[in-house]
This record gives sequence, C-alpha cells and structure tokens, in this order.
Amino acid sequence: MNETSRPLSPHLTIYRWPISMTLSILHRGTGVALSVGLIALVVWLQSIASGAESYQVVMGWMDTLAGRALLLGWSYAFFFHLCNGIRHLFWDAGLGFELRHANASAWFVLVASLLMTVAYWLPFQLTGA
Amino acid sequence: MSLRSPLGLALGSGSAKAGTEHWWAQRVTAVALLILGSWFLYSIMRLDSYSHAAMLGWAVRPWNGVMLLLLGLTLAWHSALGVQVVLEDYVHGPFIKVASLMLNRFAHVFLAIAIVVAVLKLVIGGPA
Repeated sequence: MNETSRPLSPHLTIYRWPISMTLSILHRGTGVALSVGLIALVVWLQSIASGAESYQVVMGWMDTLAGRALLLGWSYAFFFHLCNGIRHLFWDAGLGFELRHANASAWFVLVASLLMTVAYWLPFQLTGA
Repeated sequence: MSLRSPLGLALGSGSAKAGTEHWWAQRVTAVALLILGSWFLYSIMRLDSYSHAAMLGWAVRPWNGVMLLLLGLTLAWHSALGVQVVLEDYVHGPFIKVASLMLNRFAHVFLAIAIVVAVLKLVIGGPA
C-alpha cells in the first residue's frame, strides 16, 4: 500500500462518531464471531455422531464458565447479525436511507437484539437447564 | 466508447466482473439463514433433555436432518462469502492475500463436508 500524507476517507479522526459506524463494525464483528461459531457447531454435531463419550467431552467444555459465555455471545451475535441483516436488506431495496430512519433503525436493532437474547435464555434459566 | 484508461486496458486490471454473483449469493443465503438459523435455535430450545440419547432421538428424525443439512451448507456458504470480504479488505500482501483466500475456501468446504457426514450418519445410521 502506498503511504500518503493527504487525508483519507473515512475521516475517522474528525467525524463525530455516528451510531451507524458502531452498527457497521458490530455487523462485521458478529459475522466473524459466527464463523468461529460454525466451527463449534461442526465439533458439536460430530461429537453427537461419534458417540456418548465424545459428546460428554464437548458438553463438558460447554458447561464451563467460558463455554457458557461463548454460547451467550454467539446467541447475541446471531440475533444482532439477523436484525442488522434485515436492516441491510431494506437498504438493498433502497429503503431507509434517510439519516433519521437510519439512526432510528440502528437503535431499534441494538435494543431488539438484546431483548431477543434475553428472551431466548430466559426459559433456560427458569427450568435450570 | 470505453471509459477505461489506456493504462488500465494495457494492464488488464479492470473489474473482475464476478462481483454481482457474490453480492447476490450473500443476500439469498442471508434470507435462507433467517429461517434456518431461527429454526435451529428454536428446535434446540424446545428439547427437554440434552443427554446423548435425547440428541440422537432429535437428530435421527428425517426432517431435522433435512433442516440441519440445509443450515450447515447455507451457513458454510454465507460464512465463506463474508470472511472472503473481510480478508479482501484487510489482507494485502501479494502472497498472503491469495493464500488466505484459498485457506478460507478450504476451511469452509471442510466444515460443510464435516456437517454433511455427521448429519447423514445420525439420520441414516441411528435407530429410527
């Protein structure tokens, strides 16, 4: 890459931080996180197919604090990527580009994905599974 | 009249003309994963037990196998497309760029095949 001294877009250092930027970074971040989650899904399915012993080993990993945190994180990543993905599909259709609408949908996605994550895990907490 | 510069024509470094397929495949798999991903989380949540026997009973049901195969293949495809864009954005060295893009393809094909083998074994091999 050519080094240059002229300012390059996007001008991260002079812009006021817009909410859309947070969502854009989160969309990519959650996407990469879910790609790592795909590896976990494969390991989990393979362990079921390989027999009770290997399944117990994998479930043992999931039952640690780190395992539970990862599952919680992947579920949030899924719900966020899903909600913001729908936001992207509306943009692809040419809808919701007005600054007012884009900001409103950003906050909607942030709140909705958090609520969906809580709603998903609540039954597990109630049954203690 | 071509808008390409003479230098651009000489170097042949124009558009790869393959971007539309990537973009469209990403959207189609995204819509499919809306359904398949939600099905997976819902189906897992509804289980009474997470013992190995319970998981076998869940995975042996043919429709669950169909959905798991669709989920695994679509997820691997969508993930490969997404990681490819991230690599193209951030990995620039002449060798490392091609190597990482190739590794991305290999890894995702590997994961897809691993899911297919696991699910087929569970659906076909297990007791009905």
